[in-house]
Amino acid sequence: MSRMLVVVAELRGGKLRQVSYEALQAAKTVQEDGDRITAVLIGSGLESEAQELASYGADEIQVVDHADLASYNPETYAAALLPILKAVQPHAIFFGHTALGRDLAPVTAARLQAGQISDVVAIHRSDAGPVFNRPLYAGKAFEEKRFTGGPMIVTVRPNNLPPAEPSGTTAGIIRTAYSPPSSLRTVIREVVRQMTGQVDLTEAKIIVSGGRGVKSREGFQPLEQLAAVLGAAVGASRGACDAGYCEYARQIGQTGKVVTPEIYIACGISGAIQHLAGMSQSRIIVAINKDAEAPIFQVADYGIVGDLFEVVPLLTEEFRKALA
Amino acid sequence: MNIYVLMKQTFDTEERIVIQDGQVSEDGVKFVINPYDEYAVEEAIRLKEKEGGTVVVLSAGPERAAEALRTALAMGADEAVLLSDDRLPQDEYSVSKALAAYLAAESYDLLLGGNFSVDHGAGQVAIRLAQLLDLPHASSVTKLTVSGGKAVAERDAEGDAETVELTLPALVTAQQGLNEPRYPSLPGIMKAKKKPFRRLTLEDVGLTEDDVAPRTERLSLSLPPERQAGRLLKGDPAQQAAELVSLLRTEAKVI
Repeated sequence: MSRMLVVVAELRGGKLRQVSYEALQAAKTVQEDGDRITAVLIGSGLESEAQELASYGADEIQVVDHADLASYNPETYAAALLPILKAVQPHAIFFGHTALGRDLAPVTAARLQAGQISDVVAIHRSDAGPVFNRPLYAGKAFEEKRFTGGPMIVTVRPNNLPPAEPSGTTAGIIRTAYSPPSSLRTVIREVVRQMTGQVDLTEAKIIVSGGRGVKSREGFQPLEQLAAVLGAAVGASRGACDAGYCEYARQIGQTGKVVTPEIYIACGISGAIQHLAGMSQSRIIVAINKDAEAPIFQVADYGIVGDLFEVVPLLTEEFRKALA
Repeated sequence: MNIYVLMKQTFDTEERIVIQDGQVSEDGVKFVINPYDEYAVEEAIRLKEKEGGTVVVLSAGPERAAEALRTALAMGADEAVLLSDDRLPQDEYSVSKALAAYLAAESYDLLLGGNFSVDHGAGQVAIRLAQLLDLPHASSVTKLTVSGGKAVAERDAEGDAETVELTLPALVTAQQGLNEPRYPSLPGIMKAKKKPFRRLTLEDVGLTEDDVAPRTERLSLSLPPERQAGRLLKGDPAQQAAELVSLLRTEAKVI
């Protein structure tokens, strides 16, 4: 019997997010003969993004395009998504483990009385159905889980699954009308885009991160200059956030964000276990610290014992030359 | 203002994880209130101090979670409820259903919880609960004000700041930065011993084991591969910087 797999795609800054292609690939990993994939796009002014998504191997694209959906609101987005799910009766639904996915997936799971496996970093197929690997304790351990009944709801962590590739075909685009919820109890008053033009930490390929060794708010400037040259995001340890050098939104660790970039450059970070939990799954770790005994060097692929205020500007110069 | 706070007891974030007989070992582990839930407890107590009312802390978990609830009572919560039942699986579908069954019979203006738990980290239970109880919600909140039957919450959406207005009753989950949780005072600890503490089983909330049958199951548990310490670069700072860039390109092949 033909089953339907749904991927809830997402935009950021008007562009389809990388993690949405990874979620699409997750659906393809679970797909069996005859299964169809529907990608759902919710928002406002989605014409070109829907066209783009249509070339990545989904069988159809469902678009809910309405001015009320310009910003994420759990009530309006649920009102946009749930009628589609009701109509297609999905076998599985995939979201990115992003601010939107972390919020909308459990809304959906509760409404469908479904199980959900969150923050998935790997998927493989078995005779007993798909098996999902996810971190516990922010990556200090991992568990493999499966569903005991359907529908399956999954959020995938950015940067861990391969993205779907263009398929050479174009899926049909279906426009679905939006009916607002009868009583709206959630109103988005204001959205302040503080991160415009900056790379989001959870999706960043390179992260430059600062700890207590950065010493002040101004001390992050050399890190930001390095990040600008690398197209990297800037993160921080709890120590730096607690000391007021940095806002908590940038914190990486067991409390804070868990990141898995290609390169993690830790500057003036000693390497407390709570920080290591959030970043030790990075592919390559570089540590710069004055203290040669700092625990961060135990997990770093490359270490520089030295003053970050001297080393980081030199690195910025070297990368600028190398990337020119 | 009647507030319920959803709490979980978790490993201290400085703990190492040891797997024994296919389970995470709890031997000698220090347990704390899940750090995000601690912000929720603090926020509830502050709202009560300002507006009056009561704060009830609620947890579904093992008997040891009583200790976390007592800490919250010592911080200033008024009552504690522990739903502890071996037949309640650790599946978010099951836990949220059990909590909803209890809360459906209670009256409240606000439910507060943590953004996620630092152990399982799924971030589902609170938001599921909002849906099951038909409440509006805002997750990952860094600022909260309540007045005139409305809550205004500032939430962190990947670094962007959103201001959301909710009609009460509502559910809000706490993100770091919401407040600075207080330590329990000695008089607080003494008073906590006399505060109401209820223990509930599945029967008490009108559910059977079948009602909370899990939708997911764990197949295996493992530790990540250990990272090997790499190499310390040599030379003066300029040489080290040049070598690092060269190694990232030729050896690690990441740039």
